[in-house]
Amino acid sequence: MLNVKVLGPGCANCKRLEQAVQRVAGAIGVAVEVEKVTDYAEIMKWDVLQTPGLVVNGKLVAAGRIPSDEEIARLLKPAA
Amino acid sequence: MNPLPTSSLRPTHRTETRAFALVALSAIAWVAAYSAILPLAEWLTYDVIRLARGSHLGESVAFFLYDVPKILLLLSGMIFVITVIQSFFSPERTRAVLSGKREGVGNVLAAALGVLTPFCSCSAVPLFIGFVKAGIPLGVTFSFLTAAPLVNEVALVMLFGTFGWQVAALYAFTGVTIAVISGVVIGKTRPERFVEPFVFQIGTSGTQTIQSPDAQLTWSERFATAWRTTRDIVGKVWPFIVVGIGIGAGIHGFVPQDALAGILGREAWWSVPAGVLLGVPLYSNAAGIVPVAQALVSKGAALGAVLAFMMAVVGLSLPEMIILRRVLKPRLLATFVAVVATGIIFTGYLFNWVLR
Repeated sequence: MLNVKVLGPGCANCKRLEQAVQRVAGAIGVAVEVEKVTDYAEIMKWDVLQTPGLVVNGKLVAAGRIPSDEEIARLLKPAA
Repeated sequence: MNPLPTSSLRPTHRTETRAFALVALSAIAWVAAYSAILPLAEWLTYDVIRLARGSHLGESVAFFLYDVPKILLLLSGMIFVITVIQSFFSPERTRAVLSGKREGVGNVLAAALGVLTPFCSCSAVPLFIGFVKAGIPLGVTFSFLTAAPLVNEVALVMLFGTFGWQVAALYAFTGVTIAVISGVVIGKTRPERFVEPFVFQIGTSGTQTIQSPDAQLTWSERFATAWRTTRDIVGKVWPFIVVGIGIGAGIHGFVPQDALAGILGREAWWSVPAGVLLGVPLYSNAAGIVPVAQALVSKGAALGAVLAFMMAVVGLSLPEMIILRRVLKPRLLATFVAVVATGIIFTGYLFNWVLR
């Protein structure tokens, strides 16, 4: 099970990123557990300046944007 | 299994060329559409609907049919260009530039970068904490946080489209000035006392891997992001624009000249503060307000009041205040609002005085 965190207080883009991750993970057959991190003190541990942030296996891989489906697939696959 | 080599992850030369070609084609289509609006609007009004030239209704309808596509085209085109420019700036880079800068120079840089760095009020808190953690003085941070929403791209394009480039430029310039001065003033009040203590306690725990993502974007990625942002923004504001231009068109056609000079004119001292008070609770309606404002100005309302209103709408929005409350104690938040509002009111009077 791949641990993915979406960092963000619940903005529209945070929800969209979460949905994108679920969708892509389903499409490429990677089992993911998506965790929403909404507490600022927790979010800032990754030193993001823009939300949403995307964390895969404890590593920040994107911030302030929603990566394309292909990019999300590339980020999830090697990590699984 | 080895991950894919990085070179194959990058778009090829061909995708880059294709992206440029697509943008060039869109630009040509844009220009063609833009130059077709006026004849099309007149043809629709006077030949298809058969309204009389010079009649109140005819004038209003022609204005509406011309202004809606014009503003929407301007907005799409310019937001796209602005977003591409902004893709060269990132909050991370801005923070790196600002850390180690003293107040004064730092405030000016922060305000300028606030305009150029992509900013969403939903990221105001992480940005604030990130800046504070990097040791950027609070006053400088406030200059950034004031300029970023105040010189708002939608407001800028709307002003450009309805009032012309001079007013848009004045708006941008005074917005930056207000941000610089507000930051300097707030910096003098020892604001550290009124920041929620948890901000200073956040440490990056040693076990975390902090890496800087998003190293280098390609042009096709920049265009793709710009396209998505443009679609998002225009998709969100177009109903307000249509309604706003509708109301504006009605005023243009039916309200007599100079009818508003007495109520909202330059002579009425309360018009500027009233504009600010009205603006704070309104948010994304900024786009719809400008066409109405333009119609009001054409009937004698003062431009200063109108601009003060615009600035209050984007710079002191209630949603952003609620977000910032997470890191600022009420006293500092109130200081922030008061200082920025004073700056806006002053600007409003300045506009009334300058633009006669």
